[in-house]
Amino acid sequence: MIRLEARPEPSRTFKWASPLIAVTATVAIGFALFPAMGKNPFDAFHAFFVKPLDSLYGVGELLLKASPLMMIATGLAAGYRANVWNIGAEGQLTLGAIAGGGVALALHGVDSPLVLPLMMAAGVAGGVAWAAIPAWLRTRFNANEILTSLMLVYVATLTLSLLVHDAWRDPEGFNFPQSKLFSESAILPNMLEATRLHWGFLLALAVVAAGWVFMQMSYVGYQMRVAGLAPAAAHYAGISAPRTVWLGMLIGGGCAGLAGVGEIAGPIGQLQPSVSPGYGFAAIIVAFVGRLHPVGIVFASLLMSLLYLGGESAQLNLALPSAVTGLFQGTLLFFLLAADVFIHYRLRGAKRVTRAAVAASDPARKMSGV
Amino acid sequence: MDTFAQLVILTLAAGTPLVFAALGELVTEKSGVLNLGVEGMMLVGAVVAFMVAATSGSPWLGILAGMGAGAATSLIFGAITLSLLANQVATGLALSLFGIGLSAFVGLDFVSVVIAGITPLSIGGLSDLPVVGQLVFGHNPLVYLSFALFALVQWFLYRSRGGLVLRAVGESPQSAHAIGYPVIAIRYAAVLFGGACAGLAGAYLSVAYTPLWVEGMVAGRGWIALALVVFATWKPWRVLAGAYLFGGVTLAQFQVQALGVAIPSQYLSMLPYLATIVVLAMISRDAVAIRLNAPASLGRPFHPAA
Amino acid sequence: MARLSLSGITKVYPSVVANDGIDLDVEPGEIHAVLGENGAGKSTLMKVIYGVVKPDAGTIRWEGREVAIASPARARKLGIGMVFQHFSLFETLTVAENIALALDAERARGDLPARIRDVSARYGLPLDPDRHVHTMSVGERQRVEIVRCLLQDPRLLIMDEPTSVLTPQAVAKLFETLRRLSGEGRSILYISHKLDEIRALCDRATVLRAGKVTGTCDPRQESSASLARMMIGGDLPHPEHREAHAGEPRLVVDGLTLPADDPFGTALNRIRLTVHAGEIVGIAGVSGNGQKELMAALSGERTVADAGVVRLMGAAAGRLDAEERRALGLAFVPEERLGRGAVPEMSLAENALLTAHRQGLVGHGFVRMDAVREYARATIAQFNVKAGGADAVARSLSGGNLQKFIVGREIRQMPKVMIAAQPTWGVDVGAAAQIRQALVDLRDAGVAVLVVSEELDELFEICDRLAVIAQGRLSDARPTRDTNAEEIGLLMSGSFSAMGSEP
Repeated sequence: MIRLEARPEPSRTFKWASPLIAVTATVAIGFALFPAMGKNPFDAFHAFFVKPLDSLYGVGELLLKASPLMMIATGLAAGYRANVWNIGAEGQLTLGAIAGGGVALALHGVDSPLVLPLMMAAGVAGGVAWAAIPAWLRTRFNANEILTSLMLVYVATLTLSLLVHDAWRDPEGFNFPQSKLFSESAILPNMLEATRLHWGFLLALAVVAAGWVFMQMSYVGYQMRVAGLAPAAAHYAGISAPRTVWLGMLIGGGCAGLAGVGEIAGPIGQLQPSVSPGYGFAAIIVAFVGRLHPVGIVFASLLMSLLYLGGESAQLNLALPSAVTGLFQGTLLFFLLAADVFIHYRLRGAKRVTRAAVAASDPARKMSGV
Repeated sequence: MDTFAQLVILTLAAGTPLVFAALGELVTEKSGVLNLGVEGMMLVGAVVAFMVAATSGSPWLGILAGMGAGAATSLIFGAITLSLLANQVATGLALSLFGIGLSAFVGLDFVSVVIAGITPLSIGGLSDLPVVGQLVFGHNPLVYLSFALFALVQWFLYRSRGGLVLRAVGESPQSAHAIGYPVIAIRYAAVLFGGACAGLAGAYLSVAYTPLWVEGMVAGRGWIALALVVFATWKPWRVLAGAYLFGGVTLAQFQVQALGVAIPSQYLSMLPYLATIVVLAMISRDAVAIRLNAPASLGRPFHPAA
Repeated sequence: MARLSLSGITKVYPSVVANDGIDLDVEPGEIHAVLGENGAGKSTLMKVIYGVVKPDAGTIRWEGREVAIASPARARKLGIGMVFQHFSLFETLTVAENIALALDAERARGDLPARIRDVSARYGLPLDPDRHVHTMSVGERQRVEIVRCLLQDPRLLIMDEPTSVLTPQAVAKLFETLRRLSGEGRSILYISHKLDEIRALCDRATVLRAGKVTGTCDPRQESSASLARMMIGGDLPHPEHREAHAGEPRLVVDGLTLPADDPFGTALNRIRLTVHAGEIVGIAGVSGNGQKELMAALSGERTVADAGVVRLMGAAAGRLDAEERRALGLAFVPEERLGRGAVPEMSLAENALLTAHRQGLVGHGFVRMDAVREYARATIAQFNVKAGGADAVARSLSGGNLQKFIVGREIRQMPKVMIAAQPTWGVDVGAAAQIRQALVDLRDAGVAVLVVSEELDELFEICDRLAVIAQGRLSDARPTRDTNAEEIGLLMSGSFSAMGSEP
């Protein structure tokens, strides 16, 4: 019989090997799955992972889609480390888009370099405000933030739908539920010729860098980590639990709100009933696959972005449904969580450990903790 | 037809998927396991049930398949959290995301398919009785099944030895292990039961309630079911009450529009979600009630370090 | 024929040999002690006998037949019952439900409450089958465990450290019950590290050290010193103790009343206490009588509305949180080491930062990692902590070494008031002696020290004054030399009025 046995110290190797194992296993599943759907697995692999990147435009798309993912995931990671489970980033992104879009529409035709910063400030404020609701409900009423933040996703989406169907609908838009196209001053400038990549990408990198400094080096970041790992120890050390919840939620909300502005001021250029293909949820996966660490998150967001592009490419080239993207995202996260067990445990067969081996391996700990 | 009877029937019909899903989750949570993947399991149950019903022509076979599919997806969750000791919150989220992706993917060819679903009973004579006829005999057969499930769960948890053991495992897996109960196996059983119930809830939506398959058609009911378990402070009869309350809120949307009130539909669509938030806050503020009723080991992994 | 006979029992864990070729015979009607200090392998051996742990080698004979005890259910079927040290009870269930869970399905049927009343009356262990366990005191819970075993009509009863939660008077009563059981021909395996108890109760003793049997004897023929030598391979260390020179009051509690914050908790009732510079005040009591709540209220983990009720160094501190009280010069060693005193998954360095950040470890909002490591290294060296350096994770240390690290981390902040809860609980003899010495040294350096402990011996050894907590009330503190274990024991059972302490 094989059983799990706790490691004396968590394995650093497996902490970073586990995402690689998960990616490999997901690809392997894909290879098994494509023939079942009557596709040559190598063609599918090519369509999924190579084709999207065989042009500069493709690389631009990769970075374009990775930007909101890494921005949101960094914000969420700050919360997750503190055991604050904000899963409503999709809603906070939507509110950010609404607030930023509201500014863009209000200043329509105003040609000033201040328009974009104002939109961003509004977007961050919108995301923060939306995240403040679950934070308040949790600190004031002890209500589970997982459920409340998720419920607010539906409310946010419906609010956006309400606006573009009614108050903010473009009167000259042939009755389509969408706002006016933003003016030039409300659009993020292009960064790379012949692609759609805009300056939001650098903004995303800046957010990740700020997240790195905050999480890895600051004292507040340390305190939030303590609160996540051992709430009683945080209490003992005088670290305020409500402050942790507020910070964890608001940082996530602000990042998601900013990402929302990046979408509407970037590729979309107006408000539509849907401003995100589920970036807020995919970013949860990105945060975990990136080990809740900013550097890991950058890589994980590129991978997740590739999954989006691959899904689109598979649809075009292989007539595969793009829903396969969601399937792979979920599978990847499953494999990651499963592989993570080896960080804290190792496998042991039924084979008995000899006493000599134990004594030789660690005489100092021989007497500890029976 | 009697409008009052009609209203009751519609409310019960709207609340029934929540009854199935929340009762299943309640049993899972009573064993100390928090499975946040209800939404995903419901979607998988819904799509599989619909596909089987469409291909076989038998909606009842679809219902069975939906339950099986829900149980199968919950088994993935069980393997990762119970055998591999992963974080239950993260794994539950993964299950929901996975279920959304999987159901959208496999159900693609069935989006505009029409099937003969399971329709409300019409027992010659009985259902036509005045007043009580519709109220007592006019429901969908699955609504009666949800009553039976409620009675079964209530009896099992509080009247059977198996239920006592399940509650003990949720209260203190260490103690249960020390006196010799197979904690992991019991938790697997509870997770599978929850999965089957969620699958049944999804199947009810796609095969009986609507009946059709649309991507993401569960529309947050899985999350509402999770909130209902907290709202009910882990008591089956309160799950029932809460589910019908939410059924009623969902209905308000159609009722108001039927009355011809000019109010954008989005406001009404928000109601169930806003109601969930309000109700959750109201119940959760009573920390003592939560502490006394919530399974003490909820969400914590257990490893028999023997 | 021996009722139970073990030969060559061996159990190996990844980094420890918990049992190393253990032989043990228990005769019918015998009260047999298994003696050893923390970590000697007693608990593992009992788990082997009760079927919770499978041995790697060795044989078990039960009444002459060789048996494999694969599960607790199998053990119970053979006639083996066990009373756990950390009770295996379910708080939100009733007494009857708890007992039903440990019985076979057939035995659990019928009128169980009546049988519970019957057995509890017969052995002098009063119990109400319908009560919820969370409303019961620790002593009552132990009764539930014992009655639960007795209903299975066991021929061998294992008691794991049963007296650690009892007052001296309750211990005497328990011994009566155990003698009656042995008189009926039942065997008892009595696990303890308390030498006096074993000498008073047991017919035979098997002594374990580092997983091996180091001797078998008749404890009635031995002295505590000779038993101790078998148990630890040397004499019991005692800290040096000088006369106290108490200075000004540093910690003053005046009329602290606090409702329980948990439905299973204890409310504090008009607590009064003063700790002066240069003295150690001890608080004795059976666990669950308000110690946890009192510690939280003193440390600042719970604040009180009336700021003047808790005064530190003369300042009203009731409304200050843990962090602000530390700034005034308070240090605190909590009862739970892993998860409260230290973050299990973090390194010792990061754990040093937990409370010592005021020692120049943080600058401009950023962690000064070099300073943090240095602080941890210095603590490890000064307090002789056995660990793989400042980067070792807290979880990887043994209980005694982690406790030394936590105590050291607090002491090195040069506190004015030191509070320690159960400072040596579950710690090996060497580390315990070192920790007690450190507390005494702290007192001699003029610090006000408050120690809460369930070990009376420890309190009598190091404290200058002693108070007792019972049902959320605290007795007046009296000089240690003017009191004795019996008087403290009476107070522990809550009879304050008899001692003239009613405020």
